[in-house]
Amino acid sequence: MIDVKNLTKRFGPKLAVDDLSFAVKKGEVLGFLGPNGAGKSTTMRMVTGFSPVSTGQIEICGISMIDDPQTAKRKIGYLPESAPLYNDMTVTSFLNWIAKMRGLSGSTRKEAVAKVIETCFLEQVARQSIDTLSKGYRHRTCLAQSLIHDPEVLILDEPTDGLDPNQKHEVRKLIKELGKEKAVLFSTHILEEVEAACTRAVIVDQGKIVADGTPSELKDQGNGSLYDLFHKVTTTDAQAAAA
Amino acid sequence: MKTALTIYQRELTAYFTQPTAYAIIVIYLLLSMGLTFTFGGFFRVGDANLAYPHFYWNPWLFMLLAPAIGMGLWSDEQRTGTIELLGTLPTSTWSAIVGKYLAAATVCLVAIALTFPLWISVNDLGDPDNLTIFSGYLGSFLVCCTFLAITMLVSAFTRDQVVCLIVSVAICVLMVMIGFDTVVIELTKILPEGGVEPFIAFGVWDHFNSLMRGAFRFQDFVWFASIIVASLFGTSAILTARRS
Ligand SMILES: Nc1ncnc2c1ncn2[C@@H]1O[C@H](COP(=O)(O)OP(=O)(O)OP(=O)(O)O)[C@@H](O)[C@H]1O
Ligand SMILES: [Mg+2]
Repeated sequence: MIDVKNLTKRFGPKLAVDDLSFAVKKGEVLGFLGPNGAGKSTTMRMVTGFSPVSTGQIEICGISMIDDPQTAKRKIGYLPESAPLYNDMTVTSFLNWIAKMRGLSGSTRKEAVAKVIETCFLEQVARQSIDTLSKGYRHRTCLAQSLIHDPEVLILDEPTDGLDPNQKHEVRKLIKELGKEKAVLFSTHILEEVEAACTRAVIVDQGKIVADGTPSELKDQGNGSLYDLFHKVTTTDAQAAAA
Repeated sequence: MKTALTIYQRELTAYFTQPTAYAIIVIYLLLSMGLTFTFGGFFRVGDANLAYPHFYWNPWLFMLLAPAIGMGLWSDEQRTGTIELLGTLPTSTWSAIVGKYLAAATVCLVAIALTFPLWISVNDLGDPDNLTIFSGYLGSFLVCCTFLAITMLVSAFTRDQVVCLIVSVAICVLMVMIGFDTVVIELTKILPEGGVEPFIAFGVWDHFNSLMRGAFRFQDFVWFASIIVASLFGTSAILTARRS
């Protein structure tokens, strides 16, 4: 349901994403791995229609993000990396507003808001003002925002960042669960998450895909350790500085 | 366009759940009333149409207050990253611009409307031409909207509210000051030949004065509308450019 072909992104002379192609089908959870600055977030920003592409094609459920962004955006739930929120709102009013923007109204909206508050364990802070939330709760509020319209495609940029171990576990479970009937693309720096939640993973380095496969295939490539593979195929900062 | 309304409601609520709008409205009312009754000579001049006692002061106040209302419009959105949220919701940049702009304009409309006791008083004390008063109010609102549109354009350039405030105040002050001959004479000395004319075209007094005196001139509406529309289009262009 996510179809990306020959995606390229340039920032001035810098090539942040270099001819990237991948697809995520319904029922698949694709993990996006890679060192800092590999181009994961940049790719996600383009796939969600926030950032324009330099060249390449993006299709969401068969709808081109480049030709018909408004329709394509309806299909996507997106958790940006920094989990941005409007600090002047309360958790409930924020979720209500997102639901309205997503075209939900009346009792459908009420149910949708109640449901994500439950899924993301936000009952405790539902009436709290967002600027007084802890980092983990902010992250969960933003995650809730991405699920509110029950999208067919989910794009989550480091969804477990800043969560406590219990919540990390819950979110992985949630991603796995949601992955059964959606297409999920999520990025992470935690290699265990690949085995815990993904059906497939790719490793991105300097804007290119350098490894691709199911978690067990990738493990085999690294002789039993994902870390060894990761270390082997990616450029470390020291190498990049020397080059 | 339904999403523009949803954005408008959110922005307006944000103004009134934070102290921003209250602070600006209270300061506006205090200053404008203060000026009306002191320098404006409300009782002395006996101008029941409120032109010189009251409306005259509005461009002076709005050149400072409109940037304060509008400084966060896009700079805050860029600083906190919520622009990424807004940019991935099924809505257009244009709806967001219109929704946000109208919310800011509503704050300024509320501020202006709250001077209504003045209007009641002049009707009580004398026999004013209420159409002229309406025209003065309309002119004041248009001046404020023009300054707001410029502030919005500036806020698209920066993620820093303070930078936005300073730059937009500077532009608005210039638009007010350029209406005075002494300023024009000084500017002519600094700028190369023919360099002043473009600035003079941006002066507000030419257009505000006639409305303040109750004259509805087509060219004034064209002037206000073209600056506002150009600023909104500019905002859209800048926001699009900054995303890539
Ligand atoms: N707006 C921008 N202007 C210039 N360069 C940018 C911009 N956004 C990203 N980059 C560059 O693009 C590259 C990829 O960044 P990106 O944020 O996609 O990395 P990432 O893989 O998400 O890293 P991380 O793991 O740290 O989140 C980086 O080198 C970054 O400096
Ligand atoms: Mg990132």
